[in-house]
Amino acid sequence: MINAETFTVTTPSDREIVVTRVFNAPRKLVFDAWTNPKYLPHWMLGPDGWSMPVCEIDLRPGGSWHIVWRHSNGQEMEMRGSYREVQPPERVVSSESWGPEWPETLNTVVFSERAGKTTATITLLYPSKDARDAALKTGMKQGMSQSYDRLEAYLESLGS
Amino acid sequence: MISSDHLDATFAALADPTRRAILARLASGDASVNELAEPFSMSQPAISKHLKVLERAGLISHSRDAQRRPRRLEPKPLAEATEWLEKYRRIWAANFQRLDALLDQMKFDELKTKEKKSARLKTRGDCR
Repeated sequence: MINAETFTVTTPSDREIVVTRVFNAPRKLVFDAWTNPKYLPHWMLGPDGWSMPVCEIDLRPGGSWHIVWRHSNGQEMEMRGSYREVQPPERVVSSESWGPEWPETLNTVVFSERAGKTTATITLLYPSKDARDAALKTGMKQGMSQSYDRLEAYLESLGS
Repeated sequence: MISSDHLDATFAALADPTRRAILARLASGDASVNELAEPFSMSQPAISKHLKVLERAGLISHSRDAQRRPRRLEPKPLAEATEWLEKYRRIWAANFQRLDALLDQMKFDELKTKEKKSARLKTRGDCR
């Protein structure tokens, strides 16, 4: 898959995580796929086994959104937030929270189109370095792998 | 549990290209200071300095008794530093592959709608 190579995850500052990816489609379509509840449950599902039974989106500044994921084993995850900026088809800024014990992030998604292809840039901004590190530690509890493959890939990504 | 100071030390140690090259070399097997210095145009003391930084960050270790004192890679701190980014990466990679398929479907649907529209217009034109 050609576009898998255009996929990056970086930490440009100690409060941010930035994800970029190129798609073979005009940004009008990518924006739609990203913001329309008709399309979102088809792809924003994370690892295998999850579905999205609830996807409520009120796409306007001040409007709220609410997503529930359900695993085939019965486990559920819920996320909600509100929209700060909505500029179709180029930019959406929204807050995101997994619940009171989690830090709320401010997510900015920017779509830029060139020669029929769209680059999506997602920036997750944490309220503080501590908040990002807390999210980081929780992530690490979920399983520690020490594979050399991953080590090599990481070293390569640092070297490039 | 890992403290963020620990992670800071790991990331600081990784910020230098020579130290990353040393780690990449050690990933393929243990090596003595001389063996590690070889590929770099650097004095042994300069290499030793880098090795100390890596050792303080817990990224490498050495055995005391052996005469060569070969350096060994310690994979755990690196795995800790990369795990959380990898978690994000895996989730988004899976999402984006599905989105690629969905966008292809959306492009196809759009094309079909356009074709139907132009066919309708054409029929209307014929009736006139």
